[in-house]
Amino acid sequence: MTAPATAERPTSRWARAFRRVPWVVWVFLLVPLAVEAFWVFWPAMNSFSLSFTRWNGVGAAEPVGLGNYQDLMSDPTFQTALRNNVIWVIGFGGLSVVIGLALAVLLNRPGRGIGLYRAAIYLPMVFSLAVTGLFWRVLYSPDGLVNFSLDSLGLGALERQWLADPDVALYAVLVAAVWRQVGYIMVLYLAGLKGVDPALEEAAAMDGANRWQRFTRIVMPQLRSVNAVVFAVTVIDSLRTFDIVWAMTRGGPYNSTHLLSTYMFEQGFTLVNLGYGSAIAVVIFALAIVFIISYLVRSIRQEDAS
Amino acid sequence: MRQRSPWFHALMIPFTLLWVAPMVFVLIVALRPFSDIVARGLSALPTTLSWEGFETALTTGGIGGALRNSAIVTVVAVVLSLFLASLAAYALSRFRIPGRTVILLLMLAGNLLPPQILLIPVAKITEALGIYDTLFALIIVQVGFGLGFYTFVLHGFMRALPNEVFEAARIDGAGPVRIYALIVLPLARPSLAALTALATTWIFNDLIWAMTVLRTEDNFPITAALLNLQGGFVSQWNVVAAGAVIAAIPTAVVFFIFQKQFVSGLLVGANK
Repeated sequence: MTAPATAERPTSRWARAFRRVPWVVWVFLLVPLAVEAFWVFWPAMNSFSLSFTRWNGVGAAEPVGLGNYQDLMSDPTFQTALRNNVIWVIGFGGLSVVIGLALAVLLNRPGRGIGLYRAAIYLPMVFSLAVTGLFWRVLYSPDGLVNFSLDSLGLGALERQWLADPDVALYAVLVAAVWRQVGYIMVLYLAGLKGVDPALEEAAAMDGANRWQRFTRIVMPQLRSVNAVVFAVTVIDSLRTFDIVWAMTRGGPYNSTHLLSTYMFEQGFTLVNLGYGSAIAVVIFALAIVFIISYLVRSIRQEDAS
Repeated sequence: MRQRSPWFHALMIPFTLLWVAPMVFVLIVALRPFSDIVARGLSALPTTLSWEGFETALTTGGIGGALRNSAIVTVVAVVLSLFLASLAAYALSRFRIPGRTVILLLMLAGNLLPPQILLIPVAKITEALGIYDTLFALIIVQVGFGLGFYTFVLHGFMRALPNEVFEAARIDGAGPVRIYALIVLPLARPSLAALTALATTWIFNDLIWAMTVLRTEDNFPITAALLNLQGGFVSQWNVVAAGAVIAAIPTAVVFFIFQKQFVSGLLVGANK
């Protein structure tokens, strides 16, 4: 479809393309493109230049070169946020993938009740992260369901102020985020499992492979493309995660639950250190860009293949 | 074909109950009167039910007005972004625009950017344009940020449409605008429906853009208003829970009505 009809001289190709495409179609393309350029690309570039300044939003920004980045290196809260983000990628990504994949394998069959199980598991996904955060604040409240259940099970020793304890608050938030994410991962894997060839699995079963061997050797290799998507989505989502932390702890207690995104927001908007906040945003961008590019490369391959 | 194990339901029923327990618990808390919670504790089984929490949340809690703001922003932003995205996707998929693959990937890349890299400049731009703290600012920002993804998905769909239809229309003398309105849009309805379901929940559920371009409480959409509610009604758990339930209902309804479109929307999201 995209193959050029003949080898044309490059100079005339552009001219002819412009003539061949009606002007109204250019308008169709350029209006949305202009909107995105103005509200996405232009601000993104501005963040880079702001990150080299110190600015409180009033008057002129004072250029400080790499000063903000040097400050970041010695900023303990930034280091906490960075470490928390690593925990978040591994914990949030790992748990939701393991649980989501296990559920997808279990529920990838026809039968009574299957639809109900699936619906129950992916219902949390439609709630906003803010709502999820609030739900779990109620659950984690001192005499909420979590402590109440522990008490009823005779595990009263484990009771605590989940969101006020710097040692566990991050994990408490993480559990809430996983609860919401599992359904999404399950849907992705359920779709992937539809493309798995059942004949291969049956053949392996004939040859005496047990369930686990069939899963790891036959099914998983066929899920490679879903795995890649899930990986990219999880990492990009983890670096963006903001709402649920903000709704549950705002980065506290004692900055123990800050992620890069919440710390950026606090610096940029609560404390109005616009330059410093921008520098954190640039760090987030730098961490995300590798995964964004790998995602785009995959997309372009799929476009060409389809 | 597969062996039905009796353990399957024995495993899945408790698991599913555990999974829905948070929702049931919050719903029960929302329906209890505050006096009952104070007297008997948050986790006690309710003896009386009341709408007290919902009433307080909707009136003094400001959730009613926030719901209206959210509805306005969501409807306008979804319609506007899908309209613009369909125009761009049509141009990129059916015309030999030079560099169209690069343009498409650039648009998609914009949507994949972490929003944090945009927040501070976006706030400054809306201030400079004099639209800071208006619903219009929130709408236009949502449109700009979502466009790339919607365009990418619609492009994939539109380029798969059969050429014959377009040839026939062209022979009948239809121009690009007529072809767009009379052929492309009706044929793209399935993917537009999936994207509508997806975009509705995304925009309705957004918090960070609202916090970036809005300051006055009266302009807050439901998510931002919920956080305020939580601050204003500390330990009045029935009000907080009621607010969360109210905020959850619209997306849950969209989900149940459009379950099929919603799931296929998530999948286009993944297969992008």
